[in-house]
Amino acid sequence: MEITLAHYLFVAAALFTIGVFGIFVNRKNVIIILMSIELVLLAVNVNLVAFSAFLQNLEGQVFAMLVLTVAAAEAAVGLAILVTYFRNRGGIAVEDINQMRG
Amino acid sequence: MLAGIAFYVLAATAIVSAFAVIAARSPVHSVLFLILTFFNAAGLFVLLGAEFLAMLLVVVYVGAVAVLFLFIVMMLDVDFVELKQGFLAYLPAGALVALALLGELGLVASAAVSSDGAPIALAPAARSEISNAEAIGRVLYTDYLLAFQLAGLILFVAMIGAIVLTLRRRPGVRRQDIAAQVGRKRSEGVELKDIRPGQGLGPGGLG
Repeated sequence: MEITLAHYLFVAAALFTIGVFGIFVNRKNVIIILMSIELVLLAVNVNLVAFSAFLQNLEGQVFAMLVLTVAAAEAAVGLAILVTYFRNRGGIAVEDINQMRG
Repeated sequence: MLAGIAFYVLAATAIVSAFAVIAARSPVHSVLFLILTFFNAAGLFVLLGAEFLAMLLVVVYVGAVAVLFLFIVMMLDVDFVELKQGFLAYLPAGALVALALLGELGLVASAAVSSDGAPIALAPAARSEISNAEAIGRVLYTDYLLAFQLAGLILFVAMIGAIVLTLRRRPGVRRQDIAAQVGRKRSEGVELKDIRPGQGLGPGGLG
């Protein structure tokens, strides 16, 4: 029952797929879409750390930290946009977001 | 052996709770399952010997991002049942894409075996004197100093962006303005009226 690199890659693949699937099926709920994006980024982090352990190279973990930073910034700005949008329109239905369409 | 059991438990819980994130009826439950997913991913990181990143995951994701999500979900008065509509309509297309993606990624993952068919094992954690956090610091603050600074800049810009986006000036609300209050002069606040004796202020009062 030795855990190999492939095991971790499978876990990351499953998390990534669930994230993409969540974006597809929750088309109307932008909060769940943001959470799905977090899942996708988490899958990327699992891959980076698994390869970092596999190659005995710490640079993968450094990159995972940078991905973490971007994910946190993205969540903060995304939720701020969401709050502003809710304040202006009184709802967060994704279908209604077409004001910028020419 | 024990590490193997721990891996399977953590991985299974992570995947199941990740699925619960997108399938949960209430967004509050989704956020709570997201927290569970992050905790299990942190456990996987510990198994891989990346303790610092595991703690970072717990602090940043569970402590900041997930709580932020929880705040937003509870703050916005949204009819989430209505938003759940169309779940089944998008299910076939989503399932198709997800299956294709999973198949391809699984193919790539199963290709991670050596030419003689044996899976490529993870290298054993380096037995060294310095800890994981110290080792990361030695790489991060030397070779990746510029990337580290850029990450700080990204967070700074995100912070300013979030504040600018959510800041609003509501009319009709009295707020403290220290500079205006301190800079107020006597001539702006007090007016001397010359009232003749016996006439009083008149019908207009002081105005």
